[in-house]
Amino acid sequence: MKILDYMRDNFVFLDGGMGTLLQEAGLKPGELPERWNVTRPEEIIKIQKGYFDAGTNVLLANTFGANCLKFDDEELEQLINAAFDNARRAAEESSGLQEKFIALDIGPLGRLLKPYGDFEFEDAVSAYAKTVRLGVKAGADLVFIETMNDSYDTKAALLAVKENCDLPVFVSNAYGSDGKLMTGASPASMVAMLEGMHADAIGANCSLGPEQLIGVMEEYLEYASVPVLIKPNAGLPRDEGGKTVYDVYPPEFSETIKLLLEKGVRIVGGCCGTTPEYIRAVVEKAAELKPVPVEDKNLSIISSYTHAVEFGKSPILIGERINPTGKKHFQQALRDNDIDYILNEGLKQADAGVQVLDVNVGLPEINEPDMLESVTKELQAVTDLPLQLDTSDPTAMERGLRCYNGKAMVNSVNGKDEVMEAVFPLVAKYGGFVVCLTLDEGGIPETAAQRVRIAEKIIKKASGYGIAKKDLIFDPLAMTISADTTAALATISAVHEIRHGLGANTSLGVSNVSFGLPSRNIVTSTFFALTLEQGLSAAIMNPYAAEMMNVYYAFRALHNMDANCTDYINYAQSLPAPVPVSAGADKSAGAGQSSSQGNAGKAASDSGSESGAGVSPLQNAIIRGLKEQAGNITKELLKEVKPLDIVQREVIPALDIVGKNFELKKVYLPQLLMAAEASKEAFEEIKKEMAKSAEGSGPKRCSFVIATVHGDIHDIGKNIVKLILENYGFDVHDLGKDVPEQTVVDKVVELHAPIVGLSALMTTTVPAMEETIKLLRQQAPWAKVTVGGAVMTQEYADRIGADKYCRDAMETVRYAEEVEKSLRAD
Amino acid sequence: MRDILLSLKEGKLDKDNALTPNHLELSAPPVNRGEILRYAGFPAAVLRKKGEGKRDESYIEVPTDEELAKRLDEVVKLTEGNLTYRISYVCAKVDRGTDGYPVLPFGQHSSNLKTNLENCRGVIIFAATVGAGIDRLIRRYERTQVATGLLLQGIGAERVESMVDAFNEDVKRIAGELEMKAHPRYSPGYGDLPITVQPDILKLVDAERRLGITLNESYLMSPSKSVTAIIGIE
Repeated sequence: MKILDYMRDNFVFLDGGMGTLLQEAGLKPGELPERWNVTRPEEIIKIQKGYFDAGTNVLLANTFGANCLKFDDEELEQLINAAFDNARRAAEESSGLQEKFIALDIGPLGRLLKPYGDFEFEDAVSAYAKTVRLGVKAGADLVFIETMNDSYDTKAALLAVKENCDLPVFVSNAYGSDGKLMTGASPASMVAMLEGMHADAIGANCSLGPEQLIGVMEEYLEYASVPVLIKPNAGLPRDEGGKTVYDVYPPEFSETIKLLLEKGVRIVGGCCGTTPEYIRAVVEKAAELKPVPVEDKNLSIISSYTHAVEFGKSPILIGERINPTGKKHFQQALRDNDIDYILNEGLKQADAGVQVLDVNVGLPEINEPDMLESVTKELQAVTDLPLQLDTSDPTAMERGLRCYNGKAMVNSVNGKDEVMEAVFPLVAKYGGFVVCLTLDEGGIPETAAQRVRIAEKIIKKASGYGIAKKDLIFDPLAMTISADTTAALATISAVHEIRHGLGANTSLGVSNVSFGLPSRNIVTSTFFALTLEQGLSAAIMNPYAAEMMNVYYAFRALHNMDANCTDYINYAQSLPAPVPVSAGADKSAGAGQSSSQGNAGKAASDSGSESGAGVSPLQNAIIRGLKEQAGNITKELLKEVKPLDIVQREVIPALDIVGKNFELKKVYLPQLLMAAEASKEAFEEIKKEMAKSAEGSGPKRCSFVIATVHGDIHDIGKNIVKLILENYGFDVHDLGKDVPEQTVVDKVVELHAPIVGLSALMTTTVPAMEETIKLLRQQAPWAKVTVGGAVMTQEYADRIGADKYCRDAMETVRYAEEVEKSLRAD
Repeated sequence: MRDILLSLKEGKLDKDNALTPNHLELSAPPVNRGEILRYAGFPAAVLRKKGEGKRDESYIEVPTDEELAKRLDEVVKLTEGNLTYRISYVCAKVDRGTDGYPVLPFGQHSSNLKTNLENCRGVIIFAATVGAGIDRLIRRYERTQVATGLLLQGIGAERVESMVDAFNEDVKRIAGELEMKAHPRYSPGYGDLPITVQPDILKLVDAERRLGITLNESYLMSPSKSVTAIIGIE
């Protein structure tokens, strides 16, 4: 009998702890337990036979740490084969009459993946794949991925299983006492990702006792449509006379497990501290119970690496701003590979209250697959919002989905067979919640009924790929009413039909409706309200438009989706104070004030004063690190003063004051950085203005390539130097951290950059710095190299052949100015 | 801790069971803003001038401008709920080799450590971490709001050091009650104790499974705000 057939109508009993029993048998601390498969097989067989005798159905072969990071290829194969030989011997020798299965056990590799660690996702996939292939060859009945404390690592392991075999796969994560994985994932987010990738059973093991995992199990049972498993520790470890003991014994343990079986858990066993006695007690208790059927919860959920977002209840806002269409500034950022700009656009929308970020980075002249992968990775490192990958290029879509840490939204397919045939296989493999546009080869149908028919066709086609209706969300397409005044009515009625007739989710890019009309936000937000009333599940929208946010918060309050109207009240209180009755008078006063401020600014900058008393308002804002003020004053100044004049007369002198005070030790690093942030805000406004006037960004200073060296994952020092250099107008190319030597050299050659800045924080990474300098001398002999970082000293810098050691950011600026000057002199 | 130190004192520390790691979850030690600012680039001398010279919660080091103080408050708030305080430790007897160097459950030949462990009969070897949450926050802010990123780095460093201080104090107190003496802690990377002993220490305390600490190829720990150290017991 196959395990999947067996588990349909039965509880499945797993085994219990292995490590504790091996230690009792004499395994030394630090000794690798997998080696015992070959050196002490009789001990392994004895323990495993004990589990089969106690009633275990699924025994995990002793392969938890069997991976190519710990063993060479030859030993790995030998250990895995021996593990299965031993397990089979244990099954044969056992007197138990139950169905018996042997699982390939896969634990974490022990390396944290990027961005928090330094291990590449794809390297993890390859490492797990090796173990999977050997396990299949050795005769595994199923694969059991367990004790995973990071969602990304879990995805790597599951992907390796799916790409290398057809065996059933169970996935179990290790939750902390806060009910989350170490890297932050909630149970619901794990359910979304793992079900999307077709795990056959999911749940939790290790780290806590059964009692402490009840909350986690309840969340699994609420969201999961596949069988749920638990394999807890024998309670919490306690120190007793220098020995670790666990505080829950078989009677109590099995009592809590029984409670969980009654709630709907189907697969149970034990982890650290449990023995065959625990499993025997569990099997006995379960005999009194009947399995609770596993039901499809029919939920539409996506996830990020921390949390899940559910569709079909409260409406979901999807931020549309990461998209180059019609945005010159954004297009330029894409061409310049200015990832920070894109990240900022994401973070700002998150602050504005969206729950999902749409990510579109398609421009004809850039490599979209590369860009979508890199932006996906960078965005998920800084924001915990789930992403909607928005591209018409299936290659780019696959690259994005593969590296995405969770279950993404996929934007989009439509009724064209060719499109569905390209995208649905990707969704079937990686999981996803798919936006389906109701158009096909014949274009966008005029009537609601025709659009609903396309939706029906898409549902049918998707089911052929194993993609259920709950994983589709239909966009019945908002068209502008300025071209056809019946357009909105058709869309509104299609939303109603799809929601209430087909029982599917709907989404709209709402702003199209007002295209070509004045004061578009009025029309768009009213349309938004009307479609919400018809059951719209999500909108792709501009969260900076106050009218849209007004509708969103008011709708939720009116529809009993906002307990005690808390969200609405918080939102309302965050709005700027209402305009007083005597608005006219105030307005003119305000205008007068702002123009006088502008004059004051000019006056101060003309005088070029340096002391605190004589500085202009903008300079004051920068020096004190007041970001918002700096931005606002710049906006005002731009009405009268040329952008480049503001830079020359206001921003640079202010930065100089702060920079000099820093050098004189009158202010310190945090203050220097706050000033830099404020001036960045001013620069943002200035850049926007320049993009409008097509004046060009003015002459940039020379280029400066900066990186933290290979093997080093410290970023902050380098980022500080980068920020200050940018403030001073240098064309900084930031390669990030842990940058391979040749990558630095290639960039310097490509740009013919005159200066390179390298950072190393650890003595252990200084050799990588030395190697980078060596390569630079060979391939880019013109480049000056400055080094810095916590361990760096003048002596070190001399020894590894750097041109210059800079103690801090300001010294780097001075050195860059010097190098630039000598270039001009040449 | 008391049991294990008592076994050590009475010479009953059996080598194998002593090396079973013990796991603790501590409560948050009081926040020391002065230390945070010191880690973020304010020299200690400047801070002392502004405060009373005491190094505890009451030691107020109002930064030169109120904007920074405000930002620091915001950033401290950001970290709320994103920190855990966890330690895993083992206790071991210390033997002396023929060359007089201490023999520990991990390989080393450090004369600084030898001095530090002079007259010690045992050691507590531990790893401690404030968890991955602070790294997530740093990641989130270090590129777009560098000042916030810097302050977060400072908070992370201050938090883990304060926790380890508290742990060291505990060991000292309990050892004192048992009429023994605990030494100040000593960490790999200081003096001639190389950072390459990290894998052995982490394995000893089962840090990966119990605390989620892993090493990269350059022996850097993730989560980054983690500490390993040795406390001698005389």
